Amino acid sequence: MNLDTNAKITWCPGCGDFGILNAFKGAVKELIDEGIKKENIVIASGIGCHAKIVDYVNVNSFYSLHGRTIPPLTGMKLANKNLKLIGFSGDGDCLDEGISHLIHAAKRNIDITIILHNNNVFALTVGQATATSPKGFKGKSTPKGSIEEPLNPIKLVLVSGATFVARGYAGNPNHLKKIIKKAVKHKGFSFVEVLQPCVIFNNSYQKLSKTVYDMNKKGHNINDMNLAMKKSEEFNGKIPIGIFYKIKKQTFDEHY
Amino acid sequence: MNTITIGGKAGHGVKAAAKLSAKIFSDIGYYIFILNDYPSVISGDHNYSKITFDKKEIHSYYNDSDFLIALDERTLKEHKSEIKKDGVVLFDKNSFESNEKNHFGIPAGNIVKESEGISIMRNTALLGAFMYVAGIDFCVLEKILKKTYPSNAKINIEIAKKGYLYAKDNFKQKLKTKKIGKPKKFLCGNMSLSDGALNAGLETYIAYPMTPATSILHYLAGKNNVKTIQPENEISVITMALGSSYAGSKTMIGTSGGGFALMTESISFAGISEIPLVIVESQRAGPSTGIPTYTGQSDLNFTLNPGHGEFPLVVIAPGSPEQAFFNGSEALQIAWKYQLPVIVLLDKHLSDSSKTFEIDKKRIKKINPKLSKGGKNYLRYKFTKDGISPITFPGKKDTVVKVTSYEHLENGITTENKKDIKKMFDKRFEKIKNFEKEMNNLETFKVYGKGKNVIVTWGSSLGAVLEAVKEIKDVKVIQPIYLKPFPHKSIKKYLKKAKNIVCVEGNATAQLADLIKLNTGIEIKNKILKYDSREFEPIELRKELKRWFK
Ligand SMILES: Cc1ncc(C[n+]2csc(CCOP(=O)(O)OP(=O)(O)O)c2C)c(N)n1
Ligand code: SF4
Ligand SMILES: [Mg+2]
Repeated sequence: MNLDTNAKITWCPGCGDFGILNAFKGAVKELIDEGIKKENIVIASGIGCHAKIVDYVNVNSFYSLHGRTIPPLTGMKLANKNLKLIGFSGDGDCLDEGISHLIHAAKRNIDITIILHNNNVFALTVGQATATSPKGFKGKSTPKGSIEEPLNPIKLVLVSGATFVARGYAGNPNHLKKIIKKAVKHKGFSFVEVLQPCVIFNNSYQKLSKTVYDMNKKGHNINDMNLAMKKSEEFNGKIPIGIFYKIKKQTFDEHY
Repeated sequence: MNTITIGGKAGHGVKAAAKLSAKIFSDIGYYIFILNDYPSVISGDHNYSKITFDKKEIHSYYNDSDFLIALDERTLKEHKSEIKKDGVVLFDKNSFESNEKNHFGIPAGNIVKESEGISIMRNTALLGAFMYVAGIDFCVLEKILKKTYPSNAKINIEIAKKGYLYAKDNFKQKLKTKKIGKPKKFLCGNMSLSDGALNAGLETYIAYPMTPATSILHYLAGKNNVKTIQPENEISVITMALGSSYAGSKTMIGTSGGGFALMTESISFAGISEIPLVIVESQRAGPSTGIPTYTGQSDLNFTLNPGHGEFPLVVIAPGSPEQAFFNGSEALQIAWKYQLPVIVLLDKHLSDSSKTFEIDKKRIKKINPKLSKGGKNYLRYKFTKDGISPITFPGKKDTVVKVTSYEHLENGITTENKKDIKKMFDKRFEKIKNFEKEMNNLETFKVYGKGKNVIVTWGSSLGAVLEAVKEIKDVKVIQPIYLKPFPHKSIKKYLKKAKNIVCVEGNATAQLADLIKLNTGIEIKNKILKYDSREFEPIELRKELKRWFK
């Protein structure tokens, strides 16, 4: 199955978004083989480099405003419960401009999937600090280094009520594909943070390739909230990828 | 024509008592109008309602009262000057004393205690007494109480009856009010607009609470045939609504000025992405938080130009609950046929005031959307002669539906090519050219009465104007209902022939007069503007109008 469109891909060569695109297309193909109808898949995005992904996949799509990836998906789910809804959001999009929507969608446990392209930078606006940029980050608007502590997206969605919380790495599309498939199949609010190198403003390939490890290989208990919270704090030396947390809970749309 | 003023503290059930008394007169065939006046306070401050009733249709409340029902002393103080010469005051004498002529004290507090009722039922005792003084058969109230309070009917009827008998033993009857016709129905603008939208197939209503639009959410939340959602803020409201419409659900949202301000980026998004959406903006008075529970018409310019960039848009401003029904129905259908945002502009007075009217079902318009069956070659933004690309929704086999906030090609993919950009702009504006033709089949403006002099007005100010001109000769009233696109040809025709023109509106800068000048070239110099956050009152307005039309 060909999922490409005729749009010209304008990401910088080597951008982490390619890894996410490939992982997602792979996941969609397999999901369709497993019985999900292609016509029921809708993808949405905000605005940013990440967001261009909706132009590059030949499925239903909703290219929203900056920060507004999530509410349209909620509206779609309530309008048609058969839809499989996946949103692609950037760290600026999701955790700066549109953070209230993330928290509330998690709290409601609406049955949608959010994939966060976390490159720790506003890339499309040429390199300013976002909510996830580390303290000291030198960007165009913080020449002396960012003075703010970064926000921890995994922890945020855990405490907000997300029922599927995972992390992938754009440099490991095979693993990411499996995570995305599980997230889409999960009934409820699923959140996948993707560590996404930006070759222009935050080239983290080398560092990440050395530090990420699959936490699920070592027998992490994914039903334990306390453990998930603890894992979400692991950054130094080793960064866990895989599923942090998953539980079953009634979804928002089931009430309608 | 008579007017009753009912007043008390917030929490005394003033609004409920007003509705009951309006029901009394409606049930025996009278036309009514209810105005509710309340500050932005939940308990304690002064609230009042005015119920005017007449044998003929009425379009406004009147200030001067034949009856004042006072639940507390402050009500008497605040409204004493509004009582007509032979007017009657009914008050709870367990709450305060007054010995003036025609001031009838009822021991409402004691009656309630005796019957082991709760303090809010004092208004039932006063209404019972009112039934006697107004000369209405007690059964009328008994029937209404049974219907309104199915589980508390017995005690309410007992209390009302005691009030009635007390009045019979102690006071003179002032009126003899006979049944004059079949029971009539009354409704406020917000509910009527909602009914109109439901009639056109509304499926989803999304809103964040904001007076005076909130009661739409409350009303629709009580219905089983429409989904209601209350998200985290107005930006979420509108973007959620766009997702809902995109997935095929007929969706409406509602707010007041502040919430509307938060929505503006997304209104422009609806415009470029051609996603159908109805936005109700019920104006409150003043800029910013302003005067939340009071009325004004100062958001006209804002709603005419609510977003960045240029895109087609329709703005409709009904002037009565009845028009709100038709405009609500039209708004949803226009949004879906022309795939654009449609704004329905209300205000506190229209949203919240109730009026007697009947819907003539024959007048309900049917405007069909252009649907597509989809398929492999489906293009969401296909170029067509009328600019309308047949619409379909995700979930159709072999069909890909791509919508976007970026400028785009027919398939919904981003473009920055100058030729494509211009072509897509022209396509979007072609839709509005076609809509302008459709406007010939719609009531886009209304003319009332005959005469060489002309009053132009819009929205809720219409009601007071129609009452005011009942005693002014040689004047016609023109009410533009569709404000964008503006029915400029017809309005210009009428204005050109006018001897003297006066514009009446509820704002400080004469925004309708400006709009008329922009669209017709005719400058209206005479203006009656009200921006003290209160609605026009017919008698006061008549005095002012008579200065212009001697
Ligand atoms: C309301 C609004 N504010 C600002 C912008 C400008 N803008 C476009 S993309 C972007 C930042 C994107 O950052 P992020 O979401 O992290 O995406 P990335 O480009 O890093 O993938 C901003 C601020 C906009 N489009 N809309
Ligand atoms: S700027 Fe960074 S995020 Fe954007 S395309 Fe280039 S590499 Fe990717
Ligand atoms: Mg980013």
